[in-house]
Amino acid sequence: MALPSYATPAQRIWHYIYLAMCSIVLFFLVMPLLVVIPISFTSTPFLQFTPEMLRLDPDAFSLRWYRIMMGDCSDPGITTVCSDNWKIGALNSLKIGITATVLATTLGILAALGLSRPIMPFRKLIMAMMISPLIVPLIITASGTFFFFARLDLVATFWGLVLAHTILGLPFVVITVTATLVGFDTNLTKAAASLGGGPIRNFFKVQMPLILPGVISGALFAFITSFDEVVIVLFVGGPDQITLPRQMWSGVRQEISPTILSVATILVIMSICLLTTVEMLRRRSERLRGIRPS
Amino acid sequence: METPTSLTPALEVFDLHKRFNDVEVLKGVNLVAKTGDVISMLGASGSGKSTFLRCINLLEVPDHGTVTVHGETIKMSTSKYGDIIPADSSQVIRLRSRLGMVFQSFNLWQHMTVLENVTEALVHVLKMSKTEATDRACQTLDRVGMLDRKDYYPAHISGGQQQRAAIARALAMEPDVMLFDEPTSALDPELVGEVLKVMRNLAEEGRTMIVVTHEIGFARDVSNRVIFLHEGAIDSEGSPEQVFTNPDSAQLKKFLSNAIH
Repeated sequence: MALPSYATPAQRIWHYIYLAMCSIVLFFLVMPLLVVIPISFTSTPFLQFTPEMLRLDPDAFSLRWYRIMMGDCSDPGITTVCSDNWKIGALNSLKIGITATVLATTLGILAALGLSRPIMPFRKLIMAMMISPLIVPLIITASGTFFFFARLDLVATFWGLVLAHTILGLPFVVITVTATLVGFDTNLTKAAASLGGGPIRNFFKVQMPLILPGVISGALFAFITSFDEVVIVLFVGGPDQITLPRQMWSGVRQEISPTILSVATILVIMSICLLTTVEMLRRRSERLRGIRPS
Repeated sequence: METPTSLTPALEVFDLHKRFNDVEVLKGVNLVAKTGDVISMLGASGSGKSTFLRCINLLEVPDHGTVTVHGETIKMSTSKYGDIIPADSSQVIRLRSRLGMVFQSFNLWQHMTVLENVTEALVHVLKMSKTEATDRACQTLDRVGMLDRKDYYPAHISGGQQQRAAIARALAMEPDVMLFDEPTSALDPELVGEVLKVMRNLAEEGRTMIVVTHEIGFARDVSNRVIFLHEGAIDSEGSPEQVFTNPDSAQLKKFLSNAIH
């Protein structure tokens, strides 16, 4: 970062411009997330910083929108709809997200294992088809899924949403696991086979632990994709299948209430915790085994 | 199946052929190893010696030929696509556990400690209890001089130590035959000695060993038979004195004069 003492004036100027550009990019990336957090604690029903808040008056802050989010409708001053929908939505999103992640991860690992074998025919074609949900516009996937699932009576069912989200999450798992398998030394499974291990145990004991970082990041992406997905839910989900993104979507359309900011704050904190935990676990295992990141 | 006796060879390989696409790597190789034999296999790179070793425990499936371990022949059959495949995968798995293999690149599992690498197959393949397996593993690690490193992960020890741990992993299974696939080729020169010393000890204990190697000294001093492979076929075979003192084939002479310098 620091400039060497022999830098020319032009180099110095360029260095500061470069630092400024980096700061601006980071500012625009992070600020929209951070600004939500203080406003979610407002005591007024407006989505803005009031003069009292800027003066840091304690009365300007409250947890009332968090209470409403939790379905506590005893607040006398509320003007918007108050219901249990946030809680129901969060629970539904978790259920659908976790089920879809488990399915997408299992299928994705199997697909990646098959696709990374040299004898597999039509690898490129199959890979392209697997990845297509990432490339095809979501609205097309959603409407296609809707018409297809309508014939199978899967519309407005739990498993309908799970399957649709599995399709969306699958490419992430396939891509990350395929990438990890490229660096995997197949001699390690041969060593396991040479000691008399069966193929299934060899996979779980030798290959799986070593490709686990790829599996975990793929699974994480699949979960996040399902957890904040709204288009498919609008098409395929029934009216009573409320998920968190769907509730947020109807929240911003029908009511302007800081409740949505409370939800957003909690989601931001959850994401940070999730990513930090995974990263810490990864570093811990690397330090333990002395595996240097390649 | 004939009942194995003390006279049954530990390993018999008959007329082994293997081709990769258009290249015929093995053109009918035979080998008989009696119990206690130490056989060194020499040959230029590409002569098929590593492939031969991998065909013995079916890490590569041979196109033709038979492998017999202590009187038991590995059954092969033809798949519906016309490929030769093992007929009975549980037989292959069982026989593999009696053929210990040591690889050029060690192939220790990076996510397990040295001790866990050794106990893994003892617990899951030989179905030993955890304590039995740990006892056996510690004894074996002691024999290769690695007991003090048992709780290290492979990334934290030297190549020579990793290879000694890999030898212990194969040895702990008490295999009928040990297969060594260029065990010192991936090592820095100063680490070769410690691995060769372990292998010398094993040979002196009377263990049946087949060693693919570039170490002429080891082949001459330790083995009781030397096989020189050239382009997928046995070119010369005999005792170390016969092969090294009076090489009768032009290829072998050329190989030796290149190797000794």
